[in-house]
Amino acid sequence: MIYDIKLNIHYAYSAAAAGGRQLLRIMPLDETGRQKVISASVRIAPEPAERRSWTDFFGNATIEFALRGAHDTVDLTLMARVERADTDPETDPGTSVALGKLPSVLRACRDLGPASPLHFIAASPRVPELPQIADYARKVAAVLSGDPTTLHTVMAIGTALHRDISFDARATTVDTPLAEAFAHRRGVCQDMSHIMIGALRSLGIPAGYVSGFLRTRPPPGRPRLEGADAMHAWVRAWCGPQAGWLDYDPTNDCVAGPNHVVVARGRDYADVSPVKGILRVAGGQTSRQAVDVIPLQS
Amino acid sequence: MHLFQTYRSLPGVPDELCDERGRMRPGWADLIAHLSRLTPDEISHDFARGDQYLADAGVFFRSYGDTTLSGRDWPFSPVPIILPEAEWSSISAGLIQRADLLEQVVADLYGPNRLVAEGHLPAALIAQNPEWLRPMVGVKPRSSHFLHFVGFEIGRGPDGRWWVLSDRTDAPSGAGFALENRVATSRVFPDLFRQTNVHRLAGFFRAFREGLDRLRDDPAARIGILTPGPLTDTYYEQAYIARYLGLSLLAGEDLTVEDGRLQVRTVQGLVPVDVLWRRMDSIWTDPLELAEQSQIGTPGLVSAIRQGHVAMLNALGVGVLETQALMAFLPRISRHLTGKPLTLPNVATWWCGQPAELAHVRANAARMMIGPALSTRLPFETKAAHAIGGTLRGATGDLDTWITTHAAHLVGQEMVTLSTTPVFQDGALVPRPMTIRVFLARTPQGWQVMPGGFGRIGTGADATAIAMGQGGTVADVWVVSDSAVEPVSMLTSPDTPFQRAQMGPLPARAADNLFWLGRYVERTEGILRLTRAYHSRLDEATEPLLALLRARLTALGVDPAQPLPDGLRQTLASAVNSASQIRDRFSVDGWAALKDIEKSMDRISRTAQQGTDAALVMSVLLRKIAGFSGLVHENMYRAAGWQFLTIGRSLERASMMADLLAATTGPDAPEGALDLAIEFGDSIMIHRQRYAVTTTRSSVIDMLALDPQNPRAISFHLTSIRKRVDDLVAGRNATQISDFERRILDLDTQVTLHRVETLDTDALRALHAQILALSPALHDAYLL
Repeated sequence: MIYDIKLNIHYAYSAAAAGGRQLLRIMPLDETGRQKVISASVRIAPEPAERRSWTDFFGNATIEFALRGAHDTVDLTLMARVERADTDPETDPGTSVALGKLPSVLRACRDLGPASPLHFIAASPRVPELPQIADYARKVAAVLSGDPTTLHTVMAIGTALHRDISFDARATTVDTPLAEAFAHRRGVCQDMSHIMIGALRSLGIPAGYVSGFLRTRPPPGRPRLEGADAMHAWVRAWCGPQAGWLDYDPTNDCVAGPNHVVVARGRDYADVSPVKGILRVAGGQTSRQAVDVIPLQS
Repeated sequence: MHLFQTYRSLPGVPDELCDERGRMRPGWADLIAHLSRLTPDEISHDFARGDQYLADAGVFFRSYGDTTLSGRDWPFSPVPIILPEAEWSSISAGLIQRADLLEQVVADLYGPNRLVAEGHLPAALIAQNPEWLRPMVGVKPRSSHFLHFVGFEIGRGPDGRWWVLSDRTDAPSGAGFALENRVATSRVFPDLFRQTNVHRLAGFFRAFREGLDRLRDDPAARIGILTPGPLTDTYYEQAYIARYLGLSLLAGEDLTVEDGRLQVRTVQGLVPVDVLWRRMDSIWTDPLELAEQSQIGTPGLVSAIRQGHVAMLNALGVGVLETQALMAFLPRISRHLTGKPLTLPNVATWWCGQPAELAHVRANAARMMIGPALSTRLPFETKAAHAIGGTLRGATGDLDTWITTHAAHLVGQEMVTLSTTPVFQDGALVPRPMTIRVFLARTPQGWQVMPGGFGRIGTGADATAIAMGQGGTVADVWVVSDSAVEPVSMLTSPDTPFQRAQMGPLPARAADNLFWLGRYVERTEGILRLTRAYHSRLDEATEPLLALLRARLTALGVDPAQPLPDGLRQTLASAVNSASQIRDRFSVDGWAALKDIEKSMDRISRTAQQGTDAALVMSVLLRKIAGFSGLVHENMYRAAGWQFLTIGRSLERASMMADLLAATTGPDAPEGALDLAIEFGDSIMIHRQRYAVTTTRSSVIDMLALDPQNPRAISFHLTSIRKRVDDLVAGRNATQISDFERRILDLDTQVTLHRVETLDTDALRALHAQILALSPALHDAYLL
């Protein structure tokens, strides 16, 4: 499947902003066997005084730009064409490590590279250790019979969260703390993903955050996916040395598949925020985001 | 020698003064003999000189917990800790070996990561470590080293050997305190200090300073100290070191990044900085790539470092070396990397994430400290749950269960006991536990160890390290040689030809604070004068005149009913706050004078009464504030800093005068208003000499608004501001005149062209508004 992706993020300020520096993580990722970027470009208006790009620790394409002088809008547009594999390399549930064996497997790991599960065990800036989430995770896991595999546990947690947490675009903002979203059992994909990451880590399962896009209109006869009108987020969990990483979308209660296009991977939102930056603004600001992910051919 | 004869060291605890057989250790004889010759009165008299010096120097800690920026006293123990040169040499050699090892380890952790890959260091301790900063992975320091200035906390164990208690690598503090303690000690023992062969500290700092110069790429660029700001407990020390080494003290908001280059915002525009000695913890330095909630960092700093345009000392991320659990692996890593054991051991440490180590800690928990593995502090110094000697703190339940549940997150460490050193208490010397923070600097000749250090002394007789966590005193450390030592100072050697040093450009933030200091001090003076005028007239003046005074005071936020108004104290507090932000560019005497006024107000506030008493009190305070102004204006170097201070003062004085004249010279002004104006303008004598005994509207306007010679007149101050601005413009490469310059030029000309007749109440009100509007214009022109 080839997708044409267009993302537009627009900021408007009530008083002119004096300038500032931002980081963008909105370019789709090249991932062997899963997705290939055919072309991608980002347009920034007004024209930035500085612009450079690099790849961050986790392998995400990062654009740094600086605006100088007064401006009252910032407009960011991504145009990309991405080839997404129709099927992902099959994750054989049988290869996933038993949850009980995970600690010793991780102890033996000596890898500090970006794909190492070790980066995704400890608390991270936006996902602190919360006893209430750990309790929740323990209860869900307790129901599983016998010695469940890690993969099995991940799916069970994802399904439970999808059942217990309502999608509500008005309940939270981008800066709502995890504890608050969990207490209300409401939120958007970012909250769902953070809660699931916290739950998995509390069980010792390495878990990280994925930002990306969803196909805007579903294939004929399939329901429209929740979260397709803006950038989306889901979870990746490490299921053992052979099974590797599993991408799981708790908002839609499914394994991330051909309808999910990956942009960036990190420990949580703080590592992959699409726009991160410091603006010197005196008044308020408004922003809007528009996404189109259209299949070019089937 | 009676002081030594009565000295009793603790049984079984090594002591710095007295060896295990009760003999005095080398190096102490002169000091003990000196003290023993003095009477208790003479000793307290001498010791008071040290405290006086520290009080005069304004030495104080700040703590984040304080709601205001007030300080607390620095407890100083005048008896130095003395170590003979030979012993010091072996400590130095051990610490240099350790510094070299740490450099190798951190270069590996941000580079090839072989130590982890080959199993010398557990991967989890790095991957889960908040001090291991992923954005810095693969970034080679431009200075070619990660570590340039490090501190080690050391103590002497029960077997008499020295131990490293902690590694301070990220942003070590204390070197400035060590310098201050040295000056204080040399004041207490001036003759003794000269006659004893105490190694001087200045050579160490000079070598470090020379090393900094060589790290510059751009000879025009500045070298700065990066400070977290005046709310940090070691801000004073940073300001002191900045002054001592002649470096700019820069906060995150002083800096900006343009095209990958770090710049400091100054009153003359952007000036490049390419070497930064960092006293801010790594994670706060850049909200874009490190802690996103940081308010004290500089966006883009990490990117500038990545592009190789900044030498950052120490490199960002070296705090990972402070991790307690690392101590468990360093001895083996030393043998692996260098083939040699550490000559100076660190606290014996076991990481509970390994089965054998866990078993050892569980079996010996009663004799250990157990705390967070990734902490950068000893267990008893953290707020997290920990166990000391078998007692669990900050967590509930059974100790062994706690250990096994959290094993991978815990380290067990040997309970450290320390040696004792004498402190003077109630006429005798008594032993107290101590640790020393020793500093190492990388210089063009390699690592140099500061011959001395920052000694910390516990309060009680308990010699375990834990006692140090409960506060205590600080002391100087003397390294004493058998032969004469070379006197060194920071002054250049007599052989180098004299060169007048140029003042660096003034950071905009410092200029802003100096400007407001000038304004607040002047406003304080104005309030004092108005309050005095009000209270001295309470019994005799007519109600309309009192109402006029009340209205002026209320407009300044002052309640006239209070004999020592809160509004007055708040204004002075604002002045003190501005001054506290710029301690590095502000004279010590000036600071002391300002604090003295604050103390006087505190004292007076309890007793002052309405009326004559309050008027008298205001006169006393006016004399004190005149003393402060005199100190500052007589002694301050005529550079950009003084110009901003002076502009602030002139602006405030001119605006207050315009306001008062508008109220006192109009046709409806009450009786006595003109005399009030003359009194406020401190011009009664000169008015009498030049005009007549009676004041007229014309004589008052002429004297207090138009007279270019009267330092109380509006005209005088507008011209003064204009001159200061001319000086500032001369140093700025701006092509066009700023809005501020246009405004002051216009205003000064307007007043010059006014005549007594044209400067009526409306004109004065308009003038007042225009003078106040200078303040935001100045901000836009110089302080953005």
